[in-house]
Amino acid sequence: MSDLSTSNNQLSASVVAEEKRLLNTRLGLLAPGILTIFFVGIMPLSVVLIYSFLEPGDFGGVSWVVSFDAYVQLLFEEDIFDETLSFTTDYLEIFFRSVSLGLFTTIACLLVGFPTAYFIATQPPARRNAWLFLITIPFWTNLLIRTYAMLLILRDQGIINLGLIEIGLIDRPIPMLYTDFAVCLGLVYAYLPFMVLPIFASLEKLDFRLVEASYDLYATRFKVLKRIIVPLAKPGIAAGCILVMIPSLGAFITPALLGGGKSLMIGNLIELQFGQARNWPFGSAIALVLMVLVMLSLMAYLRYGQKKGVPGHG
Amino acid sequence: MVDVTAAARKKVKDIDLKHQPGFSQIAWFCIAVLYAPIAVLVLFSFNENRSVTIWTQFSLDWYVKAWNNEGIQHAALVSLEVALVAMLLSTIMATMAALVTTRTAPYRGMNVAVAVINQPLMVPEVVTAVATLIFFAIIKQLTGISGIGYLIAAHTAFCVPFAYMPIRARLEDMDLSLEQAAADLYAPPFKVFRRVTLPLLMPGILAGAMLAFIVSLDDVIITLFVAGPGETTLPLYILGQIRRGVTPEINAVSTVFVGISVVLVSFIFLSGKDKK
Repeated sequence: MSDLSTSNNQLSASVVAEEKRLLNTRLGLLAPGILTIFFVGIMPLSVVLIYSFLEPGDFGGVSWVVSFDAYVQLLFEEDIFDETLSFTTDYLEIFFRSVSLGLFTTIACLLVGFPTAYFIATQPPARRNAWLFLITIPFWTNLLIRTYAMLLILRDQGIINLGLIEIGLIDRPIPMLYTDFAVCLGLVYAYLPFMVLPIFASLEKLDFRLVEASYDLYATRFKVLKRIIVPLAKPGIAAGCILVMIPSLGAFITPALLGGGKSLMIGNLIELQFGQARNWPFGSAIALVLMVLVMLSLMAYLRYGQKKGVPGHG
Repeated sequence: MVDVTAAARKKVKDIDLKHQPGFSQIAWFCIAVLYAPIAVLVLFSFNENRSVTIWTQFSLDWYVKAWNNEGIQHAALVSLEVALVAMLLSTIMATMAALVTTRTAPYRGMNVAVAVINQPLMVPEVVTAVATLIFFAIIKQLTGISGIGYLIAAHTAFCVPFAYMPIRARLEDMDLSLEQAAADLYAPPFKVFRRVTLPLLMPGILAGAMLAFIVSLDDVIITLFVAGPGETTLPLYILGQIRRGVTPEINAVSTVFVGISVVLVSFIFLSGKDKK
């Protein structure tokens, strides 16, 4: 009896030792990655939060005085002479432009991306892989270079304008660069693969017997699309939309190259505050507003997007 | 005859239940949109003329000029240095983290650990960039240390989740039976890892390393904020030149850049297909 209990004790002791070893292994292997991201990713974000409540220093940086000026500045303009505040829509306009360009981009990507993903998903396997490869390549190609390529063809001396002049449709180049249109086109071009790939992933798993069944029940092609295919692809559509919306909201290179000074987005406004304007607290405050916008889109996604779509009845 | 085949084809399409009218045209349009601008860029990098719009004659002049350009040479070396070190560090960290976050019953803190690893993907890059700028400015002021280490640290951090993805995916495809067999035959844990787990995991690690390399090589925004003087990477150099004006020299450098990405991605794509 006593033998049994000692061996039991030994057993539990060795189990405890084993668990401790496992814990140490886990901690040891996780530590380098977690610590790096904590110090270079998470800590800096909390510093941004602190900085947004300080006053700007004279030559960049901050002076350690608590103030809410950075947030007030988002909505109000201070008169240089009598220091009274008046409501201004300058920055609201840029926020509004960013959100609406983001939405336009998402919708355009969806309209082109869904049919493309569906087409790829219905191809025979060999051809399907070739198509996926073609969509993946731009996904991993340098965004700056792709945006520059877009700039090349949209310019006044670009291939589109020169081509149209050559065939006599127009006699003067249509100014396309430095407009909201150019930025939106650039964003669609940049993030289209983000829409196609997740929609493809959910359409790939689609059970086409459901499509057959609905045709048997005299559904039209459009009805099958609307009632069967789209609802079943909903998780992919939601993932694609969020993957396009988030980087569009925070876009920097695309509006910087294609929008110029005329079509600023939030990303450029932030950069301005850390560059020419030298107002770090204001830049921090804008960065946090951008974070909030991104969080809101993510929450909308978690709320509505992840529910599994169920084909409607009736 | 032509009419007959066209009619027959139409009939086949009517029978093909998966078909939706217009979708194939949209798919081709999608490919055209994705590739046309890059095609123009590549084409005009071989143009003899200075113009980036009017084709005159084939020439490699701009490649020679770019190759001999000291600014480009220096930028390319900085880019390579940063990308190689960041790739190495992030791949090691990602492999270690993936080993203890897959093929195990969920334990306390595991989801938090995975969330932290994916954190760089959740925050807009421009926000990470300014946050890192501020934070590094404070550290530089406190310690007085400067140098390329900051840039490498920033790159390593955002490369970790990219390296982590394929390694984790590969691990989840491997079952534990081989490792358990090795342990049954009295192999000590490290030997099991070195002789069984690591060789099986290698394709995932290679894919992860290549993704990390591409992501680091391509980065513009974080580098723009964090890089100090003399730390101009190739994308920063290209950005500076674009802001000054369009030159075929930049087209040549860009074409080489695109070429590198295409080769690496093809490699990842093909190696990923083998295992299925």
